[in-house]
Amino acid sequence: MNTLEKQKSKIEATVESSIETIDGDIATLNLGPTHPSTHGIFQNVLKVDGEKILSSVQTVGYIHRAFEKIAERRPYSQITPLTDRLNYCSSPINNLGWYMTVEKLIGAEMPKRVDYMRVIIMELARIADHLVCNSVIGVDAGALTGFTYLFQQREKIYELFEEVCGARLTTNLGRIGGFERDFSPEFHRKLKDFLKDFPKVFNEFDKLLSRNRIFMDRTIGAGAISAERALQYSFVGPNLRAAGVDYDVRVLNPYASYEDFDFIIPVGTQGDTYDRFQVRQEEIRQSLRIIEQAFNNLPEGDYKADIPEFFLPPKEEVYNNMEALIYHFKIVMGETPIPVGEVYHSVEGGNGELGYYLISDGGRSPYRLQFRRPCFIYYQAYPEMITGQSISDAVLTLSSMNVIAGELDA
Amino acid sequence: METSEIIEKLLFIGLLFLITLGIAAYATYLERKVAAWFQDRIGPDRAGPFGILQPLADGGKLFFKEDFIPAAADKWLFILGPGIAMFTSMMTGAVIPWSSDIEIAGNTIELQVADVNIGILFIMGFLSIGVYGIMIGGWASNNKFSLFSAIRASSQMISYELAMGICVITIVMLTGSLSLNKIVESQHGMNWNVFYQPVAFIIFFICALAETNRAPFDLPECESELIGGYHTEYGAMKMGFYLFSEYVSMFISSAIISILFFGGFNFPWMDHFNGNTLAILGVIAMFTKTFIFMFVFMWIRWTLPRFRFDQLMHLGWKSLIPMALINMLITGIVIAFNEGWFN
Repeated sequence: MNTLEKQKSKIEATVESSIETIDGDIATLNLGPTHPSTHGIFQNVLKVDGEKILSSVQTVGYIHRAFEKIAERRPYSQITPLTDRLNYCSSPINNLGWYMTVEKLIGAEMPKRVDYMRVIIMELARIADHLVCNSVIGVDAGALTGFTYLFQQREKIYELFEEVCGARLTTNLGRIGGFERDFSPEFHRKLKDFLKDFPKVFNEFDKLLSRNRIFMDRTIGAGAISAERALQYSFVGPNLRAAGVDYDVRVLNPYASYEDFDFIIPVGTQGDTYDRFQVRQEEIRQSLRIIEQAFNNLPEGDYKADIPEFFLPPKEEVYNNMEALIYHFKIVMGETPIPVGEVYHSVEGGNGELGYYLISDGGRSPYRLQFRRPCFIYYQAYPEMITGQSISDAVLTLSSMNVIAGELDA
Repeated sequence: METSEIIEKLLFIGLLFLITLGIAAYATYLERKVAAWFQDRIGPDRAGPFGILQPLADGGKLFFKEDFIPAAADKWLFILGPGIAMFTSMMTGAVIPWSSDIEIAGNTIELQVADVNIGILFIMGFLSIGVYGIMIGGWASNNKFSLFSAIRASSQMISYELAMGICVITIVMLTGSLSLNKIVESQHGMNWNVFYQPVAFIIFFICALAETNRAPFDLPECESELIGGYHTEYGAMKMGFYLFSEYVSMFISSAIISILFFGGFNFPWMDHFNGNTLAILGVIAMFTKTFIFMFVFMWIRWTLPRFRFDQLMHLGWKSLIPMALINMLITGIVIAFNEGWFN
């Protein structure tokens, strides 16, 4: 009885407080933490006058999983699954970025074939990431059809990942020093099909939204940010390019032989939702070009680097060869000696410059590992971008920045 | 009124009720199949052959769910909201003439519940009351998202009703009567109003989308911003009522569009038929037109994005109402000219 009364008075108190906030001209509105358009768990406490947003206070950390701390206790090869769960829309880029960081630390050189294979995988992941982002902008604007239509193509990309590594979303794709196996004939066939079918479907999607009057009215001017402010917030990736700065890690600091390929970096002018949408659309086309170039000129060679102390030997070697058995034991137990050093490596992730800052003191696991997560940076600019806009614009802005909860809270 | 006549009317009301509800239920199925078709999917196919039992399964599920009323909600208004929504959308069907008279065993039966001589006013009136269902439901939930939705719904409906009303006035000017029967009769054969009033048709159609809260005007329930809009807090059959009433209004709106602009139960070469054959063909013609419009409603929903609220208001007040007014003025001048006012 007592508890019941307590509950009742508690409910009455909440009712009264909610009525209080409705009184007057300014209301407080909780956008999130669970809201259909926050695509993950973010909270924004908005002060609204009618539908106009006057101010916004964010909360982060709803799915903070202490990845950086966990990484300090894990052998290097076991950190890969953590990176999967950063930006889970394009986890292969995270995986491969992490391998490249470790390879930079141990000074391993990759064969050209590994680089090209990595480029193909990373660009496929970028397409998948941008597909999700752009089709979700459509969903938040009320056009569901493009989303479901494009997701079939994303499914094809996931099938390709499955063909390479067996997993689809959190891929754990590849190894330190290359790939676990070469691309299978099935992968070649599926990739060829994808390259043939995808542009047609993609152009249909483009026609559905790009020049749609309602869509343009909704997105042009929504959530705009100037190039100057974007740089001050240290924006990167498509969101910075939409504001008009042609910063792309693939070109300015090429890794994995990106310098071999011919592609264009699209830039926008206004930095608004429409520009972000268009920049991503064009990047998908450019990624397709890169995949075609890499796939057609795939060099002969090995699918792994010659670093036996890091790359798990095949089972028959382990049973018949002394050295292979030792390497196998050391790798599995995570006892491979790692040089002392400090490296920073960044890749152009689905959302922009994804950096890994790694300090090794020679132990079995990193002394310190810091992920530079672009979403974390974008989200800081979010209140500024939505102030003065309507709730509808705020929703579109969030989805067009492609803020992914897994990457926001590592 | 004789007893037999009352029984006949009651039977017809019951039949119409069943048909309307049945069509509304199967409109949900159609909607999902149409969406699946547009999106290159299969759609519901588990319950029964081609999934045709899906609406029944949905309805059953909604009935058996817990009927939850939030502690902070106003209990009676919370129940009243969906009731009003359902009631008003069902009532609008009362004055719609489905076909010409039918004869069974010497009795003439009108295929219309009530031949009110101000039928079109009746419909407009009930459409206006319809917004109360949403407003009351949104207000009573005591949820800010629902409240936003209720505010959006009321302002949207009021703005779009004006343009809609002006379009109806042009039709009334052409026909000279407010009775739906007269309006249909004046469009005998292929003499449809849409050929005389294409602009009014387009404006009316856009307003009908807005009145039924269908995309691209589904701002009151836009799931990406307002979670579920006015029915965020609703569950079980109360939410079912809201969803159902939307499909009922869609059906009735399509019927009204066919009556006002596409001749209702008139069809080309109808003079070759008479009696019951004519009546049955009329019913078929009427339902075909209605279903075509329902399909167009769905087509639009699965193609276009949604407006923002201020853009919706701009469209309503700055484009549709002036256009409707000019259209009315021109219609008036032409009618006056034909009647020899300027001679």
